[in-house]
Amino acid sequence: MPDYRIYEHPILDFRRGRRVRFYYRDKVIEAYEGESILAALYAVGYRVFNRSPKLGLPRGAYCMIGKCSSCLSIVDGVPNTRICIEPVREGIHVEPQEGLADIRRARKQEVVETVKVETDLLVVGGGPAGLKAALVAAEHGADVVLVNDHFVLGGQLVKQTHKFFGSRDYFGGTRGFRIAEILSKKVKEYSNVHVYTNGFAYGYFKGGVVGVAVHGEHPLNLLVKAKTIIAAPGAAEKGLDFEGNYLPGVMGAGGAQTLMNQYGVRPGDKAVVIGSGNVGLIIAYQLLQAGVKVEALAEILPRIGGWFVHAAKIRRLGVKILTRHSIVRAIGSDRVEKAVLQAYDERFRPIPGTEKEFDVDLVLISIGLQPDTKFFAQAGAVMKWVPEAGGLVPIRTWGQETSVENLFVAGDASGIEEATTAFIEGEIAALSALLKLGLGGKEVEERRGKLIDFLWNEYRMAPVVRRAREGKLKVTVSEEEMEKIRMGEFP
Amino acid sequence: MDPRKIIICRCEEVTLADVLEAIEKGYTDLESLKRYLRIGMGPCQGTHCIPIVLRILRRATGKNVEELMLPTTRPPLHPVQAKYFLGGDKD
Repeated sequence: MPDYRIYEHPILDFRRGRRVRFYYRDKVIEAYEGESILAALYAVGYRVFNRSPKLGLPRGAYCMIGKCSSCLSIVDGVPNTRICIEPVREGIHVEPQEGLADIRRARKQEVVETVKVETDLLVVGGGPAGLKAALVAAEHGADVVLVNDHFVLGGQLVKQTHKFFGSRDYFGGTRGFRIAEILSKKVKEYSNVHVYTNGFAYGYFKGGVVGVAVHGEHPLNLLVKAKTIIAAPGAAEKGLDFEGNYLPGVMGAGGAQTLMNQYGVRPGDKAVVIGSGNVGLIIAYQLLQAGVKVEALAEILPRIGGWFVHAAKIRRLGVKILTRHSIVRAIGSDRVEKAVLQAYDERFRPIPGTEKEFDVDLVLISIGLQPDTKFFAQAGAVMKWVPEAGGLVPIRTWGQETSVENLFVAGDASGIEEATTAFIEGEIAALSALLKLGLGGKEVEERRGKLIDFLWNEYRMAPVVRRAREGKLKVTVSEEEMEKIRMGEFP
Repeated sequence: MDPRKIIICRCEEVTLADVLEAIEKGYTDLESLKRYLRIGMGPCQGTHCIPIVLRILRRATGKNVEELMLPTTRPPLHPVQAKYFLGGDKD
C-alpha cells in the first residue's frame, strides 16, 4: 500500500497516537488514534470515497471539514456519514457509499435517547469564536453547553501553522494549532462547560430549543433550551465552475491544508493552486513544506491578491505565478491527471490558443470563503447579502445579537475575517450574553464597551482588513435600529 | 467549454447545462430553480452551489441578489438518522 504520511516536516512534528485497525470494504487499514477515517484512508492511497447517485461520478475529498457531501460513506452500517470529521475507532467497518443509502439495510428497532437540557448559554461551533465565547461565559459563572461537529475542538485553528500577529491578549506569537490546544484544554477544565464533540446542531425550534444530534458510541438527541445562544459555525470554501470540477483531486485549498497540517498526510504529488489571495499563497508554501510540487499558481485578476512577502517567498522557491489565468478543465477518469490553465482577458473571457497543460494530481481552489449561515437563516434571522463579508450574513447589533432575540453571531459566520477578530467577536458576544443573563455587572459592561471600541476603531482600521470592516459596517446596527428590524422595518 | 461536464450542485449532480437550460425555460430565481432542479437540497444544503448559481443568475438576468429570492432554509441542517427522532418525549 502506498504511504502518504509525512514523517519529516520543517516545522511540524507529527506525534501520532496509538495504532488503530479498522476495516475498509474487506481490507484491514492501519491508522492512528486522532485521525479522521478519511485522513487514514487517504494516507494509504484511497482517493474515491463514494459515487454519485444519478451520474455515478466518482467523489473524492473536497472540503475536509464536514461542510460538503463528497465523502459520505457507510460507517458501521450508518450511511451518509461524513468520514472527514468522523474519528477512526478500533474495529469499525467502513464502506464507500454507491449512490443513495439503501433503506432496507437500516437496523430495526434502534432508537436514540432524547435528552432535554437547560442551560444559560449554548455555543454552536468550537472554533476560535466559539471557544473564546464559552471560556469568557464560563469564567463569569454561566452554565455552558458547547457543541462541535468535528471530533476535535479548535475549528480551523488546528491546521494553521503560522504564528499569529498582534497582541499577546489574542495569542500574538503563538502558532494556530497551539492556540487550539490551549483553548480546548482550558475549556475542559471548567466543570460548568459541557462539551459535545461530533454534535450536529440540526435545527432551531419553537421557544429557542436547538436540536443537536450527537454521534459516536453514545448517540444522543439533545434538545437544548438555552437562555442565550452564540452560534459560530464558521465558513466554507467557495467553489468554482470548470470542466471536470467534480473529479477527485479537485479540492478546496483548505481541505488540502487539513490533510497535510492537521493529519500529516501529503495530499498529492503535484498541484496547481487557483487563486492568489493570502490563503492560496500560504497554502502553496505549505504544500512545498509537505513535499508536494507546486506546478503553478493561477490568478484571474491582473495582480496578485495577497501580500507581496508571501508571493515573493514561493516565487523564490520556483513556483510560477500566472496572473490573468484560471483553470478551464481538469482531466482524468477517476481522479485528476491533468489540469488545463488558460489566459483570460480583462472581461474575464478565456483567450483561445493560450491553454497550458500541467500533469498534476491536485487542483486546489482558493478563491475565497463564504460564511456558513444556514443556522441563522433557519432560525429566522434577518439576513443581508454583503459581498465584502463573503455572502449572506445575519444583521447584528454592536453586541453581536441577531434579529432573533438572544441569538448571537461570532466569527467567520458573521462575515469572513480571520481568527483574531473571531476571538474578539466571540468575547463580545459572550459579554452581551452575560449581561442578558444578569451575570455581568458594571465591569462586564465596561469590558464590552472597550472591546467594541478596540475592534472597530483600532484593530479593523488596519488597511489590510479595511474591506472586511466596511462589509461588517453594513450589517451592524444599534439596539434601537434592531428593534425596528424586529418589528418588520427593513433597513 | 462543455457545460455538461461542469457540476454546479455537487450533492444533487446538477450541471451547468441543466442550470442554463432551466434559466432558458424561465426559472429565473433561486426558489424556482431549487424546486425544478433540486439545487441546494442535498446533504450540504446549498453551502457550495447557491453562491455559484447566484453568480450565473445575476449574469443571465441582470437582477440583484434581493430579487433572486434566496431559498428558505429548513431543518435538519445536517443529515440526521431517523432513529434520533423515534425516542419520543419522556415528559
